[in-house]
Parts: sequence; structure tokens; C-alpha cells
Amino acid sequence: MQYRVHLEELELDFTCRQDQNVLECMIGAGKKGIQVGCRGGGCGVCQVEVLEGEYAARPMSKAHIDEEALAQRRVLACCIKPRSDLLLKVVGKISKPIQRKHP
Amino acid sequence: MALRGVLRLGEIGIRVLDLDLARTHYVDRMGLIEVMCDEKERKIYCKAWDEHDHHSVVLREADEAGLDYVAFKVYDDQTLTDLEPKVEAFGLEVAHIDAGVYPKSGRRLEFILPSGHRMQLFAEKEQIGNTLGTRNPGVMPDEGVIRGFRINRLDHCLLGGPNIDECGRLFKEVFDFDLSERIEDEESRESLALFLTCSTKPHDVAFVIQPEPGRFHHVSFLLESATDVIHAADLIGKYRIPVDVGPNRHGVTRGNTIYYFDPSGNRNEVFSGGYVHYPDTPTLTWDTSQMGPAQFSQDNVPRESFLTVVT
Repeated sequence: MQYRVHLEELELDFTCRQDQNVLECMIGAGKKGIQVGCRGGGCGVCQVEVLEGEYAARPMSKAHIDEEALAQRRVLACCIKPRSDLLLKVVGKISKPIQRKHP
Repeated sequence: MALRGVLRLGEIGIRVLDLDLARTHYVDRMGLIEVMCDEKERKIYCKAWDEHDHHSVVLREADEAGLDYVAFKVYDDQTLTDLEPKVEAFGLEVAHIDAGVYPKSGRRLEFILPSGHRMQLFAEKEQIGNTLGTRNPGVMPDEGVIRGFRINRLDHCLLGGPNIDECGRLFKEVFDFDLSERIEDEESRESLALFLTCSTKPHDVAFVIQPEPGRFHHVSFLLESATDVIHAADLIGKYRIPVDVGPNRHGVTRGNTIYYFDPSGNRNEVFSGGYVHYPDTPTLTWDTSQMGPAQFSQDNVPRESFLTVVT
């Protein structure tokens, strides 16, 4: 079964099978919108809010996704597989402790 | 310097979200040897083939990924006794852990680093050897002992947190490490990363500035050669293990390297090479105008994820 994933605001679409996670499908489609980090549910940078649609989730680090986040349907894109078409809002951002101040 | 005092990173405790997936990764794929399993505590204990100590990696199932603790092995029990008042004089509270609380291990000292990481010191751990014995050992273990990524040993770790200059001062003044390399902001000269050695290796531990305390950047394992790094990269590709940075060389420490993530998102490195450090080797300094060459010297491209994605 194949579903459509839409990223709100970015107006970005890609397709995802029910046995694939959302982040790997975005990467595989050559699209950029959700930050790519550890891809194992540990670092939290690919956090999204599921505005519409159903999904199955695997364990995610509580440091980033606690019960409250789960209740608000905030999850890590690398850890969810679609069970319907999905409408997502990107939440996660990478902080930048090391960078040139004057490039 | 004859190598006494603090010897090496002897044990690392890593939190994983799923112990079975962690076993597949660290044991089946990477080729670490599982020496013990505690089903009740949801822990597995592993070693690399050429380590003599009973284990060096402890994987514990938890609801958060990241670092449980780092434990450095010291030369002998007297070293522990001598170090305790020095750690306290530095301003850290030292807790005592009795022998046997950590399996196969003698007593430990435990304290929290200024960066927020839990650190331990121990002098004794049961040794089970590298399968070759110690009298006329030969050089080649039996077929199957060296497998997976062909990891020789646990080498170092990189820890992320605040107060890294304080951590550097602790390791230099109390533990007798040398500062081998340093990355600083080109304008403010503020420390961004510190690399410290207690041996002739370029580093035994490193710290990188992070806004949150206690973050885990990576654990690193030593391979025999750059060819073995490429061999590991081939297996990483075959098994679809997520790669952070493909085969390259570090400017800092000069190691041939590949970075990848375990199934819980903890970053791992396997590497080979680097230079020989002596106590009279001057500290090498890199600044943010050269982040590309400092990080990855074959393409000179800095990776944003490399200094921002942590567990």
C-alpha cells in the first residue's frame, strides 16, 4: 500500500509505502524539508506534527518525544510508517553551536 | 612519559531503545563479541577481539538514547586512592561504588563532569584475553574471532555539553592528559572543541560545545588499516546502516574515518591511523575559518549534522 505525504507550508509531496518510514521516503525521493539526523529516533531533529492522517510509530527517545508530545501527535519522521495519506508540519530544527559568524 | 595513571577509556555505557536491534548492530554487524547478557536489567556486555578486559561496551535498553557513563581504567588501586582527593579538590563530589556492583569490576569512583556527563574511574576488571593466550601467543586468532567491521578495540569518545574548558582543565590538571588539539572561534577565541590524550594517541577523549549538558556525540573503535575502514563502509552500505559521514580523513587527529548511527541514533565511528603524540608535542589549533579542513580533509567540506546531531 502506498500513501501520499504532504509537508504543510513547504508545499512538498512524496509517496511512502506502509513498510517504510516517512524520513527515508523523503530522502529517497530526493526532497529536502525535514531535517535529517540520526535516523534512529535518538536525536530529535526530524520532529514533525501529524496534522492529518494515521501512522504506526516505533520507539522514540523520551528526551525528544514524551507522553505530551505523543498526545499532540508530535513524532519523529524517521520512526513513523504511514497508515493513510499524511499531512505533516515540520517542527524539528538543528541548533548551530559551531559556525562562522561572518561567512 | 611511561604510561601510568589514567590508562584509557575502558568502558562505555550506551542507552539503546531496543536491545535486540542493538545486538544486531553492535554484535552481528560490527562484530563485537557478546560476553554476557543480563535479561533482567536488559543489558548486554561486549568486547572487541583484541581487548584483554572482560568487556568494554555495555548496552542498556532505556526509553532515551544517549550516554549512560564513561569509565576510564587507571593503572592500579593506589592510583584511585591518589586521584580521589584531587578530583574533590577540583570541586567535584566523588561517590564510591563497591567492587562487584559493576560486573567483573573492582571498586569505582564516580563523579559528574562539568559538561554533565557521568564519569567513573576503575583499576581492576577481570581479564579474559584475546583468545591467543599470553605464552607464545602467535598473531592470528582462529577464523571467526575477527569478523564484522574487524574492530580491534574501543578507542575514544566525543562528549557534548557546556563548560568544556573546565573539562579540559580537569583532564589536564587532575588526570594528567595533554591537550593535543583544539577548535576555536576565529574571532572570540572561545573553545568549541577540545581533544585530550593520556597516551601516544591523538586523543582518548574529546569535548564539543553543546547547549545541553550530557550529550553523546560518538563512540569510536579502532581498526587495523584504512582498507578496513573501506571494508566497514561496504558492510554499512550492504546492511543499510545510516551514514553520517562517508569514508574521509579528519584534519583534527588525521584519522581515516567513517561515521554511522546505531538503530537508536547513537553515533559510532570506526577509524584507523593518526599521528603519534608525545607529552612535548605542541597543541594544534584550528579555527572556524577552516572548519572544512579541520573536520574532513579529503573534501574540505564541513558537515553541519556532524556538530549538531547528538543523542
